[in-house]
Amino acid sequence: MAPKASMGKAFLSGNEALARGAWQAGLKVACAYPGTPSTEILETLALFPEVDVQWSVNEKAAYEVAYGAAVGGVRVLAACKHVGLNVAMDPLMTSAYIGVNAGFVIVVCDDPQMHSSQNEQDTRWVGIYAKLPILEPSSPSEALAFVQEAFEISERFDTPVIIRMTTRVSHSKEDVVLGKRLQRPVKALQKDMRKYVMVPGNARVRHEILEKRIEKLKALSERSRLNRIELNKKSLGFITDSVSYLYLKEVYPDASYLKLGFLYPFCDEKIKRFAKSVKRLMVVEELDPFIEEHVKSLGIRKVEGKHPSYRVGELDQDLIRSLVAGKPKKVKPRPGRAPRLCAGCPHWAIFSVLKKLDLFVAGDIGCYTLGALPPTSALHTCLCMGAGVTMPEGLRRAHPEGRIVGVIGDSTFVHSGITGLINAAYNKSKGVIFILDNATTAMTGGQPHPATGQTIRNESTKRLDLKALCQACGADFVDVIDPHGNLKALEELAVQRLNADALSVIIVQHPCALLKRENNEKKAGCV
Amino acid sequence: MKRKQDVYNITFGGVGGQGIIKASELLGWAALYDGYHVKKSEVHGMSQRGGSVESHVRFGSVIYSPMIGLAQADFLLCFHPDEHPRLKVFLKKGGFDLMPYLAKIQESVENTRAVNTGMVGFLSKYLPIRPDSWERALQTVFKPAVLESNRKVFAQARALSE
Repeated sequence: MAPKASMGKAFLSGNEALARGAWQAGLKVACAYPGTPSTEILETLALFPEVDVQWSVNEKAAYEVAYGAAVGGVRVLAACKHVGLNVAMDPLMTSAYIGVNAGFVIVVCDDPQMHSSQNEQDTRWVGIYAKLPILEPSSPSEALAFVQEAFEISERFDTPVIIRMTTRVSHSKEDVVLGKRLQRPVKALQKDMRKYVMVPGNARVRHEILEKRIEKLKALSERSRLNRIELNKKSLGFITDSVSYLYLKEVYPDASYLKLGFLYPFCDEKIKRFAKSVKRLMVVEELDPFIEEHVKSLGIRKVEGKHPSYRVGELDQDLIRSLVAGKPKKVKPRPGRAPRLCAGCPHWAIFSVLKKLDLFVAGDIGCYTLGALPPTSALHTCLCMGAGVTMPEGLRRAHPEGRIVGVIGDSTFVHSGITGLINAAYNKSKGVIFILDNATTAMTGGQPHPATGQTIRNESTKRLDLKALCQACGADFVDVIDPHGNLKALEELAVQRLNADALSVIIVQHPCALLKRENNEKKAGCV
Repeated sequence: MKRKQDVYNITFGGVGGQGIIKASELLGWAALYDGYHVKKSEVHGMSQRGGSVESHVRFGSVIYSPMIGLAQADFLLCFHPDEHPRLKVFLKKGGFDLMPYLAKIQESVENTRAVNTGMVGFLSKYLPIRPDSWERALQTVFKPAVLESNRKVFAQARALSE
């Protein structure tokens, strides 16, 4: 939902507040590929006409376009979910060497508990790996404030800055105070090859600059008010970050705190000082023992971490109690309703056919991953974006006679399936890939993509022709079929292509049921 | 209206498509307009696919956690009987469970899609939030085309709780 007021207060999610803060900081360009829990950042920015926003084809494209704009001299933001950052790691690692011209902020939203993800990797390690600063807000108000600070740091220290959020921070809402937009001039283009051309001779020099920069950032982290000591009762002190801080404050209001908002590089002196001032010292954090291991590396022997069982899943105030008591994690299961494909979902048809034909189905990331669940139970792998095209090739290399197919969504195919199809054609692989084309990026709430012919602001644009694309990639047969009321024809086509010694793509094309419902409601004026 | 307390915790729950997020949104804005610090949290990753939906709203002078702990909710608004067993763990001893009133509220609402607004209207009688803050929240959350019908549902359900 849009920020409802231009000034004053608004009730915003962490993602909406972060977008608002970036806009206030004078943001000019923003790029992302949708991914829960990060999607609303770009959706909110699209409501501000001053910002040039785009759904990029994937996170690597988003990162590079955004980075190009920052090198061009305007303030820029790229957003993604944790696994999306993996796709953008190549440009990220070297952009750390080069630095920026104007401010560049990468927002990464982790998903502890995997509410809507395939893993729960902890992005905080990227700080160490890429030698980039990481800010970590705990709440929407902090997201709004921290992103403005991130732009200042980015320009002052000539570095990309990472903001790490989690599902709870991104999706929880609170009342936030809105401010005005800063006007920032566009900086001049710099023809500075030694800085911007990363050939070995230049990169060696830049690496030295990077190492010095992270030391300077360490000094900033020491004095930053984002790393805050709250001294209360000295019998118990917590070092904590992100939403864990809020859970702790709820349960232990009288304890002392070192709340890390400028997470990386660490503020070692502050940590040592805080450790000395409290009797019992504990690190409380979600996922990996990232802070804990660093505090231990400082030689602070008394520090207690969490039982390893808490490395899995998110925390809450009830779990915090048992964590602080040193007990292993125990969660009483609260059985909820399992998600399933919607009523009227076009994917039901293809999964009923795949099940009937008893095929081995390599899947991908999207709504259709739900095809693995009952009642269809007809999808057998899910690894990452794009693997619905490449994994079946590998599976067939292990079992050349196996009845193996791949399924991938339209948005996912454009994101990272195209290269896999070229790979299959080039390396003489055979078999059938189904592109389940529901004319949207459905799982993340229905965002347009190149094959829909719409931009993030629903303007029409050049429409990618999936059939022509697949033919150009080298598929022998490319069929387009509407499965709606056409089950028998779909099955016959699938059998025909399965029996052919060829590389085939079947585009199963019918719009998402939610998309249709939304359009009907818009027409009827009920939303 | 109940005695003022420091923090009010309200748990909403049901299944995807019942307007639970909208209902908690309405309460959140009303609390904000009434001058409270307010937080709301939910998981909606899979809610559109018919999964369980749960939303927590907390308001008061100072709020830390965006989530309500077990046995901490003052009110439970459950929109579906099947979801009640898993949600009631949030209700504190002596908390107010609106489950027995769901049928009555459903009956009073002509448009089944406005049951969510009806539930919040019913709840509103028990919260220290002024009528004009509710009105501003209704105006914020609903588009002009559906504002009047939701306003009506809200008022009718509020009257039911008297």
